[in-house]
Amino acid sequence: MADKIVLEIARYAPDRDEKPSFQSFEVPLRKEWVVLDALNYIKDRVDGTLTYRWSCRMGICGSCGMMVNGEPKLTCATFLSSYGKNATVRVEPLRYFPVVRDLVTALSDFLVKLQKVKPWLIRNDQPPLSQGEFLQTPEQLDLYKQFSMCINCTLCYAACPVVGLDEDFVGPAALALAQRYNLDSRDQGAAERLATLAHPDGIWGCTFVGECTRVCPKHVDPAGAIQQYKLTAALDWVKSFLLPRGHEDAPREAGHD
Amino acid sequence: MTDQTVLDQAARPEFHPRWYRKRLSTWWWLGEWHYLTFILRELTSISVAWFVVLTLFQLRALLHGPEAYARFAARLESPIMIAVNAVAFCFVTFHTITWFNLAPRAMPVRMGGKRVPEFLVAAPNFVLWIAVSALVAWLLLRTP
Repeated sequence: MADKIVLEIARYAPDRDEKPSFQSFEVPLRKEWVVLDALNYIKDRVDGTLTYRWSCRMGICGSCGMMVNGEPKLTCATFLSSYGKNATVRVEPLRYFPVVRDLVTALSDFLVKLQKVKPWLIRNDQPPLSQGEFLQTPEQLDLYKQFSMCINCTLCYAACPVVGLDEDFVGPAALALAQRYNLDSRDQGAAERLATLAHPDGIWGCTFVGECTRVCPKHVDPAGAIQQYKLTAALDWVKSFLLPRGHEDAPREAGHD
Repeated sequence: MTDQTVLDQAARPEFHPRWYRKRLSTWWWLGEWHYLTFILRELTSISVAWFVVLTLFQLRALLHGPEAYARFAARLESPIMIAVNAVAFCFVTFHTITWFNLAPRAMPVRMGGKRVPEFLVAAPNFVLWIAVSALVAWLLLRTP
């Protein structure tokens, strides 16, 4: 007989349920199956009403993040076999997010926060096209490359207790992405981002729990990005006292050295 | 679109009857080992403060002459003080280890265009800590 594994899945229908409850499903345990395969099996064969997000199945779209046995995980990269035979695996929607239905969370709040930090290249000047592309050395690329690997899967938000305690906290991924652009030699927007970042709801909201970095499937290290930016912001604050007139350019320089 | 209108739209779930949002309990940090170690790390600041206050009292006793210092030393020998100091010492050690381990996160050291591996940033802190502790232990424990 083939091995089985039990999935306890959080179900929530907003028009019917007061709060989520768990429903158990028994699925075959196959060596090459990830949690997402089991969810697809249930949706195809057992219960077509099961609702969840997924797309690429290869850890790059960032859609299938869920709590698996209490840990934020990309379900496409979490093998059922790692939980052992006849185990019970509990699948819930990502923590701290409002639940829309079953395993689907509302992302609008995250998207607003992401937009607030202006995660795109900002230029004060617009050199003519004839000047060619902006060149970058491998060292300049290396400064921000790690932070640019973010896939917006929001696992870090589900890991961060500050996100759960303070709804206004900008959060790990958005702050790391802001730092990604601040450190980019082609960007001139550090001064524009400063007000959002150096704010009690920005970097100063972070208490360095470090869980965002631990759960990140892309090794982005948001906690590192935030602590590094704390140093930049603090130095900028000191500079604003010492050099009140030269202050305007200070954050941009700080992000570019 | 201004930031505020974007926020208003996000707050209103137009096409959903209801969203479910769970409030975080006051005891959120008890359920998970990683959260608990974080809270313990934060609480170690109390032990650090305790040793600072103790040192200030020691200095005060020193200024008030040998008798006052003897009284201070006698108080330190009480079982309660020994127990409190033992616990505070454990917390301060935990404080030191956890913060040294976090140092490479906050300070990415670069040499020759490459980032120095994390353990090479943390290790000098530990080496210096052990060396200074050994020196202090030698100064205190040597026979005059």
